[in-house]
Amino acid sequence: MLLSIDHVTTYRYDSPARGVVQSHRLTPSRFEGQRVLAWEVSVTGGVEGGSFRDGAGDWVQGWSVKGPVEEIEVRVRGQIETFDTSGMLKGHREMVPPEAYLRDTPATEADEALRLLAESARHDEPLSYAHALAFAVAGAIAYRPGVTDAHTTAAEALAAGEGVCQDHAHALIACARVAGFPARYVSGYLFADAEGTPHEAAHAWAELFVPGYGWIGFDPANRCCPDQRYVRLGSGLDAREAAPIRGTARGAGAEHLKVAVSVQPPEAVKSTASQSVATQSQAQ
Amino acid sequence: MGGYFNEMYDGKSVRAPYARLSDWMASMPADRRLEKQAEAEALFRRIGITFAVYGEGGDPDRLIPFDMFPRVFTGAEWSKLERGIKQRARALNAFLVDVYGRAEIVRAGRIPANLVFQNEAYERAVCGFVPPKGVYSHIVGVDIVRTGPTDFHVLEDNCRTPSGVSYMLESREMMMRMFPELFRENRIEPVDRYPEALRRTLASVAPAKCDREPTVVILTPGHFNSAYYEHSFLADLMGVELVEGADLFVEGGFVWMRTTEGPKRVDVIYRRIDDAFIDPLCFRPDSMLGVPGLMDVYRSGGVTICSAPGAGVADDKAIYTYVPEMVRFYLGEEPIIPNVQTWKCGEKDDLGHVLANLPDLVVKEVHGSGGYGMLVGPKSTKAQIEEFRELIKADPSNYIAQPTLALSTTPTFVEEGIAPRHVDLRPYCLVGERIELVPGGLTRVALRDGSLVVNSSQGGGVKDTWVLAE
Repeated sequence: MLLSIDHVTTYRYDSPARGVVQSHRLTPSRFEGQRVLAWEVSVTGGVEGGSFRDGAGDWVQGWSVKGPVEEIEVRVRGQIETFDTSGMLKGHREMVPPEAYLRDTPATEADEALRLLAESARHDEPLSYAHALAFAVAGAIAYRPGVTDAHTTAAEALAAGEGVCQDHAHALIACARVAGFPARYVSGYLFADAEGTPHEAAHAWAELFVPGYGWIGFDPANRCCPDQRYVRLGSGLDAREAAPIRGTARGAGAEHLKVAVSVQPPEAVKSTASQSVATQSQAQ
Repeated sequence: MGGYFNEMYDGKSVRAPYARLSDWMASMPADRRLEKQAEAEALFRRIGITFAVYGEGGDPDRLIPFDMFPRVFTGAEWSKLERGIKQRARALNAFLVDVYGRAEIVRAGRIPANLVFQNEAYERAVCGFVPPKGVYSHIVGVDIVRTGPTDFHVLEDNCRTPSGVSYMLESREMMMRMFPELFRENRIEPVDRYPEALRRTLASVAPAKCDREPTVVILTPGHFNSAYYEHSFLADLMGVELVEGADLFVEGGFVWMRTTEGPKRVDVIYRRIDDAFIDPLCFRPDSMLGVPGLMDVYRSGGVTICSAPGAGVADDKAIYTYVPEMVRFYLGEEPIIPNVQTWKCGEKDDLGHVLANLPDLVVKEVHGSGGYGMLVGPKSTKAQIEEFRELIKADPSNYIAQPTLALSTTPTFVEEGIAPRHVDLRPYCLVGERIELVPGGLTRVALRDGSLVVNSSQGGGVKDTWVLAE
C-alpha cells in the first residue's frame, strides 16, 4: 500500500540552548516489506553531520544546531510503498550477530513475573513459542495510555497490567530473551485505519530471531505481526537505543516536546490534519 | 625465597645482565642509599606523579614507591619478548576487526559465540566498521610474568587505555639524574622516544577524510581522574592539546576543538575515557565527560578514536584464555609467549578441579581488576578459602583460576638492605600503520616480603626497566 508520512517533532527550550546535537534514525529500513518513493528530513537551522548505515542496517544521520536556539522543528516527510511480508524481515542487510541481542538492559530485564509469563507460553516449536509469547504479553498488559511513561521498565509494566506499545515491546523482549530468543525493539510508523485500534501512528514493536526464519516482527499491542500498515525505521536493545531521535541541548532550561504524526494513504492526506498529537515536558 | 627465579643470581654467580650492577650495589652503604631514596621521593613529589595504575583504585594522591634497583633484560631476552608481544598485539587487533565483521573465528567454532557477542564490552554500535588501518587497539599493554631463565607468561592484556607508561619514562629520567655513572657503564636502550612514537602511531591512523598533517588530541575525563598526571604528561611530551569533553564539539561531520583563534578541526582523539562515557547520544546518556554526537562522526569517517570503541572485548579475562587460539587462527603461528594456564569455573570439569585445589590456586573475578576480589590460595587462611568456595559455587562463571605462579624476583632496596622481591612487567606496544615497541616498560614490584601481588593498591612499587644493547 502507499503511505504518506508527515512527522513533526518540536523542541522548545525555556531558556535558549547554546547548541543542540542530534542523531536520527528517521529513514525507513531497506527490506522487502517497504520501498521509499520520496523521503526528506529537515531540521530548522540545522547543519547536517556525518551519516552512515550502522551494523544493524539503520541509516543514521547526525545534525547540529548552533545556539542560541529556543525552538527546533524536526520534520520528516515522505512517501513509501509497503508490502505484507507476514512480519518477516526479508532482504534486510545487517552485520550485528543475532546473539548480540540476548543481552539485557535495565528496561528489559526480566523479573520473576516475566519469567513465569515466558514459561506459561512455552511451545516446543520455536515459531509457535514466539507467537505464544506475543499473545501472552498482549493478554497480560492491557492497552491504556497515560499509566506508564518513557522510563517504565518491562517488569513495572507487567506489574501494572497496563501500558502502551513501548511497554508491550519491552515485556515481549524480556520474555523472549528468557526463552532464549534474541530480541530487539523496533521503532516506526503505523497506519491505523478507520476500524483499527486507537494506537499511536508513531509506533513500536518487537522483533524476535526465530531459528529457521530469521528476524520476525511481533506487535503485542495490536495482536499481530507487522504487515503493510507498518513502516520500519530502526532497532535497538530497548526503546532508548532504538529512539528515532536522540539528542542533547547544551545549557538549555526545561525542554518541551511536541510530536505530531500523520500516516495516511496519499489521497487522504489533503483532507486530514495531524492524526495523533502527543505532548510531554521534561527537565534537562 | 627458595624456588623462585632470581633474575640477578644463578646460585652464587651473578647473571650476565646484572654483572655491572654488583659493584654499584656494593658501593651503596645504608646511609647513601637512604639519602638517594629520599632524593628520589622528593623529585617524584615535586613533579606530582602520584597516580594509581589503571583500574587499581586506592588513594589517587598516594605516591607509588619507587625502587632504585633497576630490573635488567639482555638484548636477547628482550628480542624474544618483543616478538611475542608484537605477535599478540597483531592477533588481538585481528580478532577485534573480525568480531565486528564476519566473526570468522566464531563461525569456525574456535571461540564460543556467547563469550564474544554477549560480552558487556562487545559494542554493537561499531559492528561492520573497520577503523583506519584496521586497528582497534593502538596501545596494547601486555602484562608479563617470568618464572625462569627462559620462561615468560602473559598474565593479561590491556587493549583499552593501559596507563602507567609515564612511570616508565619518569623512572628512567629519575635514574639518569641520580646515577648518571650507571648509564655510562651500561649500554642501556633508551625509552625516551616513546612519546614521539606514540604521536606518530596516532597520526598514522588519521581518517581518510584528513588531507593534511593530522591534529591529534588527548581527551581526559579531567583533573580529578587518578591518571590525569599521565594525560597531561603525555600531551606535553607529544606536543598535542589536552582536552576535556566540553572543549570539543561536532559540526558538519567533523569534530572541532574550541581555541582562542576559533574552532580547529581534530582528526585523532587519544581518549582516556571509557567507552560508556565518550558520547551521551550513543552510550550513557548521563555522561558529562564525553562529546555528544562523537560516535556519528567516528562512524562516518570524520575522526579516529584511539583506542577504538569496542576494543575492550579483546581484553576480558574470559576471552584471555582464547588469545593463543587467536594467534594460531589469524597468524598461523604458535604463541611465542604462552598464557598462564587458566581454569574457567563456568565449565563443569574446570570447576571440579578448582574446588578440589583451592589452597594451591589463585582465583580471580572475570571482570575484576586491581588485585581486589581475588584469592591467593597459598597465602590465605582456611576460613578465607572456605568463604571463597561459597562465592565461586554461587556464581561459577564469574571466576577463573590459575596456578600460583612462582613470579621471578629482582634485588630490591628494603629497610634491611637489599632483598629479592617479586616483579611483573607491562610493556606498551604501539599499533598504527606499523607496529612498534620501545625497549622497556613498567616493572611493578611487590614490596612486601613474600607478597606476589604487585598492584600499587596492594603495596606495590615501580622500578626502572633496562634492556641492554647487544
